[in-house]
Amino acid sequence: MVANEALNSIPALLARNVRLHGDLPAYREKEFGIWQSWTWKEAAAEIRATALGFLALGLERGDHVAIIGRNRPALYWSMVAAQMCGAIPVPLYQDAVAEEMAYVLDHCGARFVVCGDQEQVDKVIEVQDRIHHIEQVVYVDKRGMRKYDHTHMNALADVVAEGKAGHYRFDAELEKRIAELDYDSTCVMLYTSGTTGKPKGVVLSNRNIIETSKNSCEFDRLKAGDEVLAYLPMAWVGDFIFSMGQAMWAGFCVNCPESATTMMTDLREIGPTYFFAPPRVFEGQLTNVMIRMEDAGRFKKWLFHRYMAVARRVGPAILDGTQVSAGDRFAYALGNLFVYGPLKNSLGFSRIRVGYTAGEAIGPEIFDFYRSLGINLKQLYGQTEASVFITQQPDGQVRSDTVGVPSPGVEVRIAESGEVFYRSPGTFVEYFKNPESTASTKDAEGWVATGDAGFFEEGTGHLRIIDRAKDVGKMADGRLFAPKYVENKLKFYPSILEAVVFGNGRTMCTAFINIDLTAVGNWAERNNIAYSSYQELAGHPQVYQMIKAHVEEVNRSVAADPMLSGCQIHRFLILHKELDADDGEMTRTRKVRRRVIEEKFADLIDALYAGKDSVYTETEVTYEDGRKGSIKATLRLEDAAVAGGAAERMAAE
Amino acid sequence: MNLQDTPQDNPMTAEGYTTPDGRKIGGVLMEMRNITLRFGGVKAITDISFDIREGEIRAIIGPNGAGKSSMLNVISGFYVPQEGEVWFRGRKRPPMKPYQVARQGIARTFQNIALFEGMSVLDNIMTGRLTLMKSGILQQAMWWGRAEREETEHREKVEKIIDFLEIQHIRKTPVGRLPYGLKKRVELARALAAEPRLLLLDEPMAGMNVEEKEDMSRFILDVNDEFGTTIALIEHDMGVVMDLSDRVVVMDYGKKIGDGTPDEVRNNQAVIDAYLGVAHD
Repeated sequence: MVANEALNSIPALLARNVRLHGDLPAYREKEFGIWQSWTWKEAAAEIRATALGFLALGLERGDHVAIIGRNRPALYWSMVAAQMCGAIPVPLYQDAVAEEMAYVLDHCGARFVVCGDQEQVDKVIEVQDRIHHIEQVVYVDKRGMRKYDHTHMNALADVVAEGKAGHYRFDAELEKRIAELDYDSTCVMLYTSGTTGKPKGVVLSNRNIIETSKNSCEFDRLKAGDEVLAYLPMAWVGDFIFSMGQAMWAGFCVNCPESATTMMTDLREIGPTYFFAPPRVFEGQLTNVMIRMEDAGRFKKWLFHRYMAVARRVGPAILDGTQVSAGDRFAYALGNLFVYGPLKNSLGFSRIRVGYTAGEAIGPEIFDFYRSLGINLKQLYGQTEASVFITQQPDGQVRSDTVGVPSPGVEVRIAESGEVFYRSPGTFVEYFKNPESTASTKDAEGWVATGDAGFFEEGTGHLRIIDRAKDVGKMADGRLFAPKYVENKLKFYPSILEAVVFGNGRTMCTAFINIDLTAVGNWAERNNIAYSSYQELAGHPQVYQMIKAHVEEVNRSVAADPMLSGCQIHRFLILHKELDADDGEMTRTRKVRRRVIEEKFADLIDALYAGKDSVYTETEVTYEDGRKGSIKATLRLEDAAVAGGAAERMAAE
Repeated sequence: MNLQDTPQDNPMTAEGYTTPDGRKIGGVLMEMRNITLRFGGVKAITDISFDIREGEIRAIIGPNGAGKSSMLNVISGFYVPQEGEVWFRGRKRPPMKPYQVARQGIARTFQNIALFEGMSVLDNIMTGRLTLMKSGILQQAMWWGRAEREETEHREKVEKIIDFLEIQHIRKTPVGRLPYGLKKRVELARALAAEPRLLLLDEPMAGMNVEEKEDMSRFILDVNDEFGTTIALIEHDMGVVMDLSDRVVVMDYGKKIGDGTPDEVRNNQAVIDAYLGVAHD
């Protein structure tokens, strides 16, 4: 690395990468069945031409450029091109309906919108009668776009071509604007998914992104030659850090899948060395493996179970580099030959050096499964306001129940209320156009409230998160109510996709359960249970029986913890529809919106507490294209046995 | 080839029209003149005439047993009518084998899906390119010279179609394992692979749910829009037909009872009677 070089913006990092790794692949995208790739040199040329094209269209300093679409090199390049012009990229969730998009587009005041395809353009046009500041729409995929009014619309390829053609006119201006960028200029603005209320625009500076990327790359020794798969929403801070910040800092290659549905095949073809996925992806893969093993022949099944037992016993220890006997090492090597190697290969995890999961709690069995295969899966804890990293697990100190030690450069303290606070170079600048929220989240000394309750484990110094601070409550008799704790335990069962527990201020806890259609569907097939719809399967008596057994098991495990024994579930129901972001029940990052669900399904909650056996309900649903409909159902309400011991002891004390 | 090479100018070829949504429809691509088709003593089609114009979406509708599929089979050259003439691209078409019709630029899909179940989606679509391949059996078997170059070219075209119809995720899946709606899409892909001038769709929406129908309608419109392919389709679902097509031929008991824009057809008394089931003498 050249010393005393001003690496204070993404465009500066790009220029450095061209110099250091010019001929290494920087971006790949699978298109027309083939991985197309671009070296740093080629990518930089494209980005520069895009920036020149943006100047030709009249992009000004400080403008916001909305970016909407699935992960594609062209969209990442548009973000860097916008930065070069002194503008601020604002990636949006591509699966948001027009209504949600309207709020963000309006709030950031975007003049330019870059869309991935016709679907996104249509949504932008739909909201344009209300939002008048959008002047230019640029689209990547030309399909279906010929008939649109192009007076304020351009194909990105044409913008790039114009940029190339007109470079004599704009070169000087572009150089001037790039030179103006410094550590304090805004790198990106990302909207929080908003578990409560409206999304907030988090302003992150070059300092935030680059310092964080630098620290985290050093922490895990990420370098040029590493490979990531960019498949998580571009609007999410994680993708921006992994596919933009860290990729630019370390100079590694970003691979974009062909489409959302081919992600698993593409993952396998690329074999990333650095991989991030939310727990549900790992859960889904494990469920798939287990379902397919059920269908395998007897010998294969025996081999699988025999060697998975070995892996569970010694795998994590080998991964952590602790002492393991020669015999066990030999058995593990055999297992690697017969089972782990081929399994990892078919999952696309053969080359993983560093894997992370975050966002939700991951089931210990799931976590251990991957670790025992020799996949270095770790946990981290972070949020948009911190440019992701607050704490993370160092190699060799990995456990499923902690989120690790503070990341390099990050200070963490626990307030008296139990809430976790942090301060770091990655701490956000402000919420856009929202000084009140900025002030209430970040204090004068730069400490940020996470909204999560947690504590440091004695001895190890690892942070453990209990729950969202505002979700933790008290039951009517004063016992602690921590819904997430119980929900996570429920969600560790493959049949349960989501769970929502109620009980704040009440005498007992109740729960809504969402079944996992893949797992339960397969189970139904195996047990000769016929069903014609999600709703029918969810209401099937045998499914109820199975879920009831799970709930009771969870109750026993919750009862073992005297502090939380009040959170046992007395009654539950299985919801007739999947909780969905389109209906506002979840955020786009698939976190449950508790308040919305409480309001929307108030009738069901009342019925649970009124002790009824069944309840009739009508629910409004939103289809993908934004139209509304309703589904009617009569739901069964079920009692679950509660493990009495601990609860009574508590009461007696 | 035993094509009759006597081009005759068709008086209607010159003019075209513009659709309500602003698409330019060209001259006559195919014309059926007084077609009568008999199976023994049964008259499947009686004296029907209509034309299909360059770039339009033309529907043939009618109740069960109206003779729609027979009509499509006449267009595709599978049936040879006893009376009447088929004109294609300004020439009278002599009776010909289906592969000859395919070479002329006509491709079709089938009502009861006719794909190779054991072959992958990709291979199935590649078969659609067969009439466009020029290398000989020996070259292909030895994977030598032109065969290799050709396959690369054809694969490129096929991948564009896969991308267009959004079936990348099933590229390598054997067709037998696909659900019905996707099979229909693969069949459309195979027909498109032949780069047809005229695409015949036999009940493209049959047996589909609402969502699949919407997807298929979208694809049909996009094919017409992107590739400029002329499309003739048979369909039961009146709603779909009225939304998709530029002009509609209505058949009943082997006779043509209506022909015109969807609106004209909708208000045609004979058509209403046929669909509401007025007693026939």
